[in-house]
Amino acid sequence: MTTVKCVVWDLDNTVWEGVLLEDGDVKLRPGVVDVLRTLDERGILHSVASRNDHDAAMAKLEELGIAEYFLYPQINWGNKSDSVKAVAEAINIGIDTLAFVDDQPFERDEVRFTHPQVLCIDALDVERVPGLPEMHPRFVTADSRERRHLYRADAERNQAEAGHDGTAEEFLASLNMRFTIAPAQERDLQRAEELTVRTNQLNATGYTYSYEELDAFRTSPGHDLLVAGLEDRYGTYGKIGLALVERGEDAWTVKLLLMSCRVMSRGVGSVLLAHLIREAAAAGVRLRAEFVPTNRNRSMYVTYKFAGFRETTTDGGVSVLEHDLARVPGFPPYMEVLVES
Amino acid sequence: MSMDNKAKIGEYLSRFFPVQDLKDDDDIFQLGFVSSMFAIQLVSFVEHEFGLTIDNDDLELDNFRSVGAIDAFVTRKLSASVAS
Repeated sequence: MTTVKCVVWDLDNTVWEGVLLEDGDVKLRPGVVDVLRTLDERGILHSVASRNDHDAAMAKLEELGIAEYFLYPQINWGNKSDSVKAVAEAINIGIDTLAFVDDQPFERDEVRFTHPQVLCIDALDVERVPGLPEMHPRFVTADSRERRHLYRADAERNQAEAGHDGTAEEFLASLNMRFTIAPAQERDLQRAEELTVRTNQLNATGYTYSYEELDAFRTSPGHDLLVAGLEDRYGTYGKIGLALVERGEDAWTVKLLLMSCRVMSRGVGSVLLAHLIREAAAAGVRLRAEFVPTNRNRSMYVTYKFAGFRETTTDGGVSVLEHDLARVPGFPPYMEVLVES
Repeated sequence: MSMDNKAKIGEYLSRFFPVQDLKDDDDIFQLGFVSSMFAIQLVSFVEHEFGLTIDNDDLELDNFRSVGAIDAFVTRKLSASVAS
């Protein structure tokens, strides 16, 4: 069973009772706001697929006080299957993580026919939605409750980036990024576990660890468990990176390095690596890193190699990379880096 | 032929770096901007633009650190694939 990450709502006779263009005074369907809020608090996003007049429908959502819940609303006269697909692409999540709520069997069938992976729900059943097993994410953390705001800030950033004329580096400099690297606290562990399970695009080894294992590393004198966070002038990205370092006597080994794919273009993976290289050089130990290739993490391999690591051995699918510490990198000028200890 | 390649490489890199007239031996990694996205985009650009397959062993900074280095790497890879 796939957990739903975003619910896409029809409007007429679903979110509200009646048809907006026939009756400007439509009222909310009872229970809808509770469902929106409950799912929002679990970190499940909302969007809209409605055949309607865009401006009139948006104005009504504002008037009803629920517009803020909906990301990338698709309000047009096209097929709902296209709108649902557009939502998945805009948010950058798999279409199999969407649910679609509509009162009309025709619309549900049209979406189901084109996207059989989408969970289609009759508007009559809306109050039962929070009880569905698909609506219970495995983790509900501070970051998941904030997820809607994180995605909204992302949408604003993406818009700014698309409208930016200069080079990528100039755009990054305009963001005023602050990157923090800190030892994991107990309150970070759920998010850390969530990151090892959720993020596979930029995970150097793909190892996953349970809450208990991570807690053991956090308190072990032989390990460093670091959590990275990022914010910029559009708001916070949340906790977006994790590193687990095994501290041997003459060598440290990076067992896990992962970054949320949302920050792939921000250069923070290289910054976290630069921090580890500097720490190892200061401690006078060698720095190694394990890498297990998957079909999605080649960019992490390139990041290691371009940071000056060389592959030394490969054993049973696990490569070991090592940095010679001859050239110790600085931090990029376009970002403020705060290291907490 | 090689001049054409250098022009293509320089044009591609100029989208990322706020530098006029990137010189052949300007070290793009010293200039600062290396995100995972840029790194993988640069590798994909070289693969697609010049029809190469880049192995893990080729993924060395020295092959990618400047216009001149990329051009030399491409020339070497292309002649190796002709020879074999």
